[in-house]
Amino acid sequence: MFGKLTIDALPFYSPIAAGGAAVTVGGALLVAIVLTWLRAWKYLWTDWLTSVDHKRIGIMYIVLALIMLLRGFVDALMMRAQQAMALNAGGYLPPEHFDQIFSSHGTIMIFFMAMPFMTGLMNVIVPLQIGTRDVAFPWLNAVSLWLSAAGAALVMVSLVIGKFSTAGWTGYPPYSGIEYNPGVGVDYWIWAILISGVGSTLSGINFIVTILKRRAPGMTLMRMTPFVWTALVASVLMAFAFPAITVACGLLALDRLAGMHFFTNAHGGNMMNYVNLFWIWGHPEVYILILPAFGIFSEVVSTFSRKRLFGYESLVYATAAIGILSFTVWLHHFFTMGSSAGVNAFFGVMTMIIAVPTGVKVFNWLLTMYRGRIDFHPSMMWSIGFIVTFVIGGMTGVLLAIPPADFLMHNTTFLVAHFHNMIIPGVLFGYLAGYMYWFPKAFGFAFNRGWGLGAFWCWIIGFYLAFMPLYLLGLKGMPRRMETYNDPTWQPYLLVAASGALVVLCGIGCMVMQLYVSIRDRARTRDLTGDPFDGRTLEWSTSSPPPPYNFAVIPTVSDREAFLEMKEKGVAYRRPAAYEPIRIPSNTPIGVILGAFGFVLGFAMVWHIWWLVLASGLVMFAAVIVRSSNDDQEFTLSAAEVKAIEDQRYRQLGSRS
Amino acid sequence: MSVAPMSAHEREEIETHEQRALGFWLYLMGDAVIFALLFATYAIMIPGTAGGPTGKQLFELNNAALETALLLVSSMTFGFASLQAKAGNRGAVLLWLAITFVLGVGFVFLEVREFTGMIAKGAGPDRSGFLSAFFTLVGTHGVHVTMGLIWIVVLGAQVALKGLTLPVTSRLQRLGLFWHFLDIAWVGIFSIVYLPGLL
Repeated sequence: MFGKLTIDALPFYSPIAAGGAAVTVGGALLVAIVLTWLRAWKYLWTDWLTSVDHKRIGIMYIVLALIMLLRGFVDALMMRAQQAMALNAGGYLPPEHFDQIFSSHGTIMIFFMAMPFMTGLMNVIVPLQIGTRDVAFPWLNAVSLWLSAAGAALVMVSLVIGKFSTAGWTGYPPYSGIEYNPGVGVDYWIWAILISGVGSTLSGINFIVTILKRRAPGMTLMRMTPFVWTALVASVLMAFAFPAITVACGLLALDRLAGMHFFTNAHGGNMMNYVNLFWIWGHPEVYILILPAFGIFSEVVSTFSRKRLFGYESLVYATAAIGILSFTVWLHHFFTMGSSAGVNAFFGVMTMIIAVPTGVKVFNWLLTMYRGRIDFHPSMMWSIGFIVTFVIGGMTGVLLAIPPADFLMHNTTFLVAHFHNMIIPGVLFGYLAGYMYWFPKAFGFAFNRGWGLGAFWCWIIGFYLAFMPLYLLGLKGMPRRMETYNDPTWQPYLLVAASGALVVLCGIGCMVMQLYVSIRDRARTRDLTGDPFDGRTLEWSTSSPPPPYNFAVIPTVSDREAFLEMKEKGVAYRRPAAYEPIRIPSNTPIGVILGAFGFVLGFAMVWHIWWLVLASGLVMFAAVIVRSSNDDQEFTLSAAEVKAIEDQRYRQLGSRS
Repeated sequence: MSVAPMSAHEREEIETHEQRALGFWLYLMGDAVIFALLFATYAIMIPGTAGGPTGKQLFELNNAALETALLLVSSMTFGFASLQAKAGNRGAVLLWLAITFVLGVGFVFLEVREFTGMIAKGAGPDRSGFLSAFFTLVGTHGVHVTMGLIWIVVLGAQVALKGLTLPVTSRLQRLGLFWHFLDIAWVGIFSIVYLPGLL
């Protein structure tokens, strides 16, 4: 009836695991109680969970990302604490638990923090920047969101019921195979990734079509904003790289469930094939995450330097070049596999080549700032902090691209320091810059600057304290993922690293305060114009928050900085002679239903509850068929209703002067 | 014949279906990546028989040839259904869809028979890495065909109940893309799995 699931799956075997479970369950309960107390369930369901509006879906993605950032950061803090105290001793975490923590940290930060954060920002901003009313497939967009949430929920549930994987976020066989890992941990990892991966593939397709087919009249490809360009290239990578991780995890699941021999030690298995498949997705994934962040930096640097982006075309070509090259470097993640010198040399050279277009972009940003009138808004600070820090990470990356050097540093903390040095400034700082830049657009009131700056300084100082020591430790030969060690010369570095994690914790505290203070003061800080930063691109031409249809009249574009040009020509905010009725996609619960049953399906697969697999699969199938047979998926907002909303907007605009 | 000017709503609807077609093409390309990686995996696992049976000992050319014939002919009959949809003959569309369905069922039947026969001989997917790769590659294609069959039934019902409206014919177009795509994948399987396995 319940497959492998028994009462022993509850974490009463260890106080720390039980504590993690209690926090998870308590947090969920607390949210439920607050919602009940506020009588907000109905509002949540009708206005958010069933919404297909790209702006709301984007905000829900970002909420998911911020929650998972907290969870992933707690993992990081626990690892730093363990390594700080584990000299010649066991520390406070048993090895099995420590292994789960580094596995869940990586899995969460990549798949359930960075991916939703990026998809969320793309959702909120891309349709606004290209001047359209929604993405090409609004319902599919909701499905993507809820499948991502289902994957995240599976990772969270593993805290309470059973255990998570101990095989690292990459899940290499044979260790992740059934022979060495008979528990449910790896299965939780596999199904979380498979389910959310489908969502990411669909998002990629959705945004390619949206950007290629739904741009406002006059917006040629070379008039798209840098963020839209990077979102387009990232979407192409999503649509074509995610199938690779689907194959890698799918085959691993077949090995584990059906006794197959793709990656086993014996019976003709080939475990290095897994590593290849995984990184054929994994390297493009780095650029899926980082390219949209590059786009955000470009927007932010241009707006807050009050200058047109320097070398727009070179930035576009660099983005496209990175998109193509990102499929040609995957083997540098495992130079030590034992390929021939020729193969390693090829991938080493390609890795150095891909650094060139990235270097081009650094000059784009620097020269945009040069002689600009810079406003040190928090978003600008994230961008400057990124440029300085990212260049260091890029240098160590070029170092690791040399196969002989990589042989020495492989699987040391030098590598850990390197990829955190790319991903924290390159990805997370970018998303936080975007989050602080577009917050007023999404919610209609200002985002507190002081706490934002505090968050920036804590994050960047904490980052240097936490990761620079790891470079040195790696050079001293410390392997990654050590639960305990006996070299006393390592401990001082690890103590510094732990202190860095605490400084980052302060940064997260600042982010929480920033939200609290901004929401508290929202009545005073309302953004009445929709254009708080003297913006250059179309998202600033609508109200904040934008109406459900984004643009009452679709704008016609004749310049790359479309809104700035309208303002200069004095045609911005011009009232149209008449409004037309607008068709808007209707809300539907089918997206959230698919997510819920996707979660049940994954859970049932993990615990081998076959009847439930079948039942939830059938429900999902039926839901898709019902939806696909429905021809009437939109409703019409009449011209009078549009006029009423727009009149309100013009009253606001008038009241500001 | 004079052409009436399109209303904004009609234009919007046509644009919607164009976007869906592009989206579906992109999905098919993603699916093609899945097949490409399964083909590559199969290719490197051919030697991994672990002392078990090889392709030469297991594959039957007659069966593979018959499967190929059924699937290729079903692609043709689907083509007829598409032509009839364009001409607006609802009955003929249903007839050709039914024929396509029968041919597809025949294909799946042959594949299942081949699989169960191999498993009965002790050559199941858990026997060796080679057989894991074979069953997964060919089985993934078979699952796609099965999905396509279900889709044919769903769309057949829509044609029967709703008629050849714009949304229904646009779905029919995408099903057609899917069905022909499976043909291409099968040609790959025939040329990379069965032919070299037998020669």
